[in-house]
Amino acid sequence: MVKIIEATGALVTRFLRYQGEVALLMLETFKALFLGKVRWNLVGQQVVSIGFGSQLVVIVTGAFTGAVFAAQSYFKFSEFGMDSAVGAVVSISMCRELGPVLTGLMVAGRVGASMAAEIGTMKVTEQVDALRAMGVHPVDYLVVPRTIAIMVSMPLLVAEAIGFGMLASHVIVVYGFKVPGAWYMFHVVEHTELIDISIGMIKGFVFSILIVMVSCHQGLAASNGAVGVGKGTTAAVVVSSLALLIFNFFLSLILNYMSPLGSN
Amino acid sequence: MEMSKTISNVPARDAAQKARPCGDGVVGENFFEVSDLKKSIGEQKILQGVDLDIRKGETMVVIGRSGEGKSVFLKHLIGLMDPDSGSILVEGKEIVGLKERQLRDVRRKVGIMFQDGALFDSMTVAENVAFPLMETGIRDRELLLERVGQALDKVELTEHMAKMPINISGGMRKRVALARAIIAEPQCILYDEPTSGLDPVVSESIDRLIRRMQKDLCVTSLVVTHDMNSVFRIADRVAYLREGKIYFLGTAQELRDSKDEYVRSFVEGRPVENVD
Repeated sequence: MVKIIEATGALVTRFLRYQGEVALLMLETFKALFLGKVRWNLVGQQVVSIGFGSQLVVIVTGAFTGAVFAAQSYFKFSEFGMDSAVGAVVSISMCRELGPVLTGLMVAGRVGASMAAEIGTMKVTEQVDALRAMGVHPVDYLVVPRTIAIMVSMPLLVAEAIGFGMLASHVIVVYGFKVPGAWYMFHVVEHTELIDISIGMIKGFVFSILIVMVSCHQGLAASNGAVGVGKGTTAAVVVSSLALLIFNFFLSLILNYMSPLGSN
Repeated sequence: MEMSKTISNVPARDAAQKARPCGDGVVGENFFEVSDLKKSIGEQKILQGVDLDIRKGETMVVIGRSGEGKSVFLKHLIGLMDPDSGSILVEGKEIVGLKERQLRDVRRKVGIMFQDGALFDSMTVAENVAFPLMETGIRDRELLLERVGQALDKVELTEHMAKMPINISGGMRKRVALARAIIAEPQCILYDEPTSGLDPVVSESIDRLIRRMQKDLCVTSLVVTHDMNSVFRIADRVAYLREGKIYFLGTAQELRDSKDEYVRSFVEGRPVENVD
């Protein structure tokens, strides 16, 4: 019994310590972001790497999610003669949930892993110490540019995923299942508000901070050579994905409270 | 057992502080003053009360067996590691307890050459060497190229300027790291095993460069090494780190003449025998 309590206590302590470390990194990053020198050339490189480099992943994810969701909805809705309502369902789902969550998960996998691995390798090969030795704060050089780049890129990537999801669902439903295009579009426009797209982009913005903080923290905390970098990279993807899903639930509640679905 | 120069009899703090010529200036003050420095990593006690002063303009060589904490000691000098206790003064300013951003001014006075180079993978050789200058705000491309060329010329690597670190040998990486350490002309340079893994000819040229930096620019140097040939070529003073403390402190000649069994065994590279 004592051992169970000890183990639980150790686990809780480790969890709280981890949360504290990530919170401190976030504090240091935002302090540096507003007070320090931003290296805009590095921000540009990261925007290309994160934003441009994620195009294929985001387009494929958005398009096929939209397509399969439209197809499944059509199969059920057509039984009740509600074929044209598929557009509205797909639109709302893509904007509020599927677009931001799936984009977040894909970016966590692609970008988060890359950040943790790159910074982790720099850490274990003393490159981070070399930066520090030259009077360059690792947060300023490594974390701030990535933070700005992902905060700019993620909302746009989410919007892109939503757009391609909508386009794919239109193609499937209108050209594949022969639902009248005008009716389909009427329902999409009728039921989709600007706030729905905004909610998706707000979620994307919040997820971007989660991904960059968790991943950079894992990188900066890496130790024990290649094994440590591997573990850090895995942890970056797992932790940021889980955090993203948990945050999404609470964000959905909060954002839905602020702008209830169907209130407009 | 002769202990005339072991630290138990001649503490670093009491060592003679004679002024001696260095370039155009005169040295005598301390660049670093380390007192009772202690550091443990996990259960292992690495540093157990290191006392050592490093005078301005001198070349101090720290020797010791692998795992004795030489590199750990070196990293403490510019705040890359935090000690458990003790004091480190850099030009009279206490650095223990300072935050990362508060250490910037101290670090900009000191260049460091890491054991494996620690070059940035994402940059070319030239970009790596230019990095310290760019961080001081120099953006003039021609000036940067000129200074990078000069620094790389000193380590005989000008023709490899455009290569990525991954495409050059380990020895070359060390020399690039040396060029990066000296380009901003710091007041002090820390060398972590500068000649390990290098062929004898390059090792000798690195040693000559270390001496030249000291003579021409009056740079304070702290060299951590196992290479006894190097020690006798470059050292003004030698500190032997043993069991977490400075066991011997003296000139290279005093090291050579020492009768202490531990010192002799290290210098001669043989196991210790008949020690009480």
